[in-house]
Amino acid sequence: MILNGKCPAGPLAEKWDRHRNEMKLVSPANKRKYNIIVVGTGLAGASAAATLGELGYNVEAFCYQDSPRRGHSIAAQGGINAAKNYPNDGDSIFRLFHDTIKGGDFRAREANIYRLAVLSNNIIDQCVAQGVPFARDYAGYLENRSFGGAQVSRTFYARGQTGQQLLLGAYGALSRQIKEGTVRLHPRTEMLDLVVIDGEAKGITVRDLVTGKFECYAADAVCLCTGGYANVFHLSTNAMGSNVTAAYRAYKKGAFFANPCFTQIHPTCIPVSGEHQSKLTLMSESLRNDGRVWAPKNKGDNRSPNDIPEAERDYFLERKYPAYGNLAPRDIASRAAKEICDEGRGAGSSGYGVYLDFADAIKHLGENKIRERYGNLFEMYEKITGENAYKQPMRIYPAPHYAMGGLWVDYNLQSNVPGLFVLGEANFSDHGANRLGASALMQGLADGYFILPYTISDYLAQTAFGKVNAGHPEFRRSMEDAESFTKKLLSVNGKKTVSEFHRELGRIMWDNVGMERNEGSLKKAMELIPGLRAEFWENVKVPGSGVELNQEMEKAGRVADFLEFGELMARDALHRNESCGGHFRTEYQMPDGEARRDDENFCHVAAWEFKGVDNGPELHKEPLVFENVELAVRNYK
Amino acid sequence: MNLTLFIWRQKGPDKKGRLEQYEAKNISAEMSFLEMLDVVNEGLIKKGDEPVAFDHDCREGICGMCSQVINGVPHGPQEKTTVCQLHMRNFKDGDSIYIEPLRARAFPVIKDLIVDRSALDRVIQSGGYISVHTGGIPDANAILIPKENAETAMDAAECIGCGACVAACPNGSAMLFTAAKVTHLAMLPQGKIEAARRVCVMTDSMMNEGFGNCSNHYECQAVCPKGIKVQFIAKLNREFIKAAIRRRGGF
Repeated sequence: MILNGKCPAGPLAEKWDRHRNEMKLVSPANKRKYNIIVVGTGLAGASAAATLGELGYNVEAFCYQDSPRRGHSIAAQGGINAAKNYPNDGDSIFRLFHDTIKGGDFRAREANIYRLAVLSNNIIDQCVAQGVPFARDYAGYLENRSFGGAQVSRTFYARGQTGQQLLLGAYGALSRQIKEGTVRLHPRTEMLDLVVIDGEAKGITVRDLVTGKFECYAADAVCLCTGGYANVFHLSTNAMGSNVTAAYRAYKKGAFFANPCFTQIHPTCIPVSGEHQSKLTLMSESLRNDGRVWAPKNKGDNRSPNDIPEAERDYFLERKYPAYGNLAPRDIASRAAKEICDEGRGAGSSGYGVYLDFADAIKHLGENKIRERYGNLFEMYEKITGENAYKQPMRIYPAPHYAMGGLWVDYNLQSNVPGLFVLGEANFSDHGANRLGASALMQGLADGYFILPYTISDYLAQTAFGKVNAGHPEFRRSMEDAESFTKKLLSVNGKKTVSEFHRELGRIMWDNVGMERNEGSLKKAMELIPGLRAEFWENVKVPGSGVELNQEMEKAGRVADFLEFGELMARDALHRNESCGGHFRTEYQMPDGEARRDDENFCHVAAWEFKGVDNGPELHKEPLVFENVELAVRNYK
Repeated sequence: MNLTLFIWRQKGPDKKGRLEQYEAKNISAEMSFLEMLDVVNEGLIKKGDEPVAFDHDCREGICGMCSQVINGVPHGPQEKTTVCQLHMRNFKDGDSIYIEPLRARAFPVIKDLIVDRSALDRVIQSGGYISVHTGGIPDANAILIPKENAETAMDAAECIGCGACVAACPNGSAMLFTAAKVTHLAMLPQGKIEAARRVCVMTDSMMNEGFGNCSNHYECQAVCPKGIKVQFIAKLNREFIKAAIRRRGGF
């Protein structure tokens, strides 16, 4: 099937406005008759639930954490982009659009990204009005900083905690609606199934994580704002609870999964310290504004970094990409670091790390300025490694961080299943094959505050409200399925823990479907994963019962989904016979080692339709059409 | 290193709990405290015992989900550090470690080390925000904010809502938590308009949820993983008195 992204016609700059004028509205008196489910309360979910509540809809909001303030958006450090051009350095909406589409290696829709760039400015206004304490200069104006993949300073920030402050803003707006009674909150509740009736999304089945009780909720539309799937790698910068379950189970109910192989490996994370490692910690990309990335010139140089003289250091990003230097985009910086370590020039005892050095910045800006900019990051680094980064360079290494892929949605953020909307990291729409820094916060909030509230009304206005209630037999079936899945997990009673399986899956994914892939490695992964999955269902040990708080069981359900999803990722990566952005196939590279795209054959979105766990999924394509930018080789040199 | 752990085990909210002893063997100094507990839990699962339930999520010290009292101190011995960021190099071979849930009247235990902190959410829901609608906002630079005020607002806004301040307080008070939000918003021109109403409704809500009052022990500041200062409680009190005078005439 050829998918249609439903981008409106007309000149790029007018598409969204024109579309807004054409979409149908729901009258104020009717809004409260519509029930909308929002799953997830990160930036996308909290902003969507709050805005829909404000408009007068009846909203049910769900999150697995104990409070909606804890969505993993909270961990975003560096900032949020907007085309305000406050620094007068040549920025514009078109330039933000162009940087983002180029950063994504021309694998995203023009119309979506242009809309994102337009709305970026509204987001900053909105957040300031909510009381987000962005950094300011002495005259009281907002400050900006630079970020990877851009030659202008367009990133707004609140110390190293921008995600936290934006999320607390959205959480405040959500809290206000909870008090108003327009939004009912269900914390510690996990979505386990999407209920589709007559081809339309009409509700969800959830498990109360405290009591273990299963419940069904019927609605007129369902919005998934459930984040990304980087935890398929086991070790990632995601929260421990971040998972693919909601999106994957929607996929099993007919929603297409788009570009699952597009995952971002973030260049600046703290290296792994041992087998016990449970997660990886990111050091904000903003550090690359003042830090210089280097590795020893000589193999096996295990002197302390401060003892390695200047002449024996290789500032490899500055050397290879003089125009962008240390601010080269994430995929490029990550791969460069891996190359160095594979050559045997890595730093630290494991050899898997490169240095991020602040000595020069401290020399000309002073330690205080650096402390003001990044103090909390330096503290965090010291807590984890026991090393003082004011005195010796940080050690960093790439780690899985963000999923550009996600459920397929059209321009209205609606999936191929009518009534199912997907927002934020959970959808695939805006970042192509690589996301630029400070763009995730922008996308999550654009989706939730400014896009979905318009597009969902267009759908609802054409649907009668309250078509089904939770008494419908489809809900009963969904609940029985969820219950029997749980029982099955508990009944295996094998010998290996859930974490052991997760770790093994992570190793398969990292080695074969990680920063670099090729046909051989991907085929290997597609052999290994089904084997591991079979072993999981024969030998996993999940203690306790299903009718109580049981964290191992929650984890087991999520890992069970990753064990299927990992295979889909490998399959998608295998189908895409080109290199682009975060998807680097070693067979497809330029003589200088840069990614070689194949615009003739792969200028499309790959959307997969579920056809059973043991049957391969079916591939559908959405061709990408570029009318306003030239498909060029991404050059940061 | 090898450690002896005494961990609070409690089946459910209405069940009786008690400290049980566990051995943690071959723990490396590089591990985080929660990774050490992961190791203990893996051992328990393999033996067919039930693992210790504890809240955690981001493991980067920012989501505020982790919440344990270690040797009597919420979040443990290292200053300005959440449990998830606490590393085992802060302990030594042979140590005994007592691990308990956050204890406060307003935080009922759900299971083992997990408590119900939704009372903090309800304090925010009572009015801990600026009542702004989505859309129709003037340019972000239309209202200037002195840098010092923005910085103070940010100092207060750093609160992660973990509830350690409540557990550390002999009165089980949520004054530091509430004061942080009141200060954050009252420092900004956008938040000033509702400041009087906000401080009153949030204080009422705090009392109704069963949190105690502040009697200047400063334990909250000592355990706060984000270093939120007790000066904000003074700011809360000042805001409250100003508002109380206005409140008599209706807002």
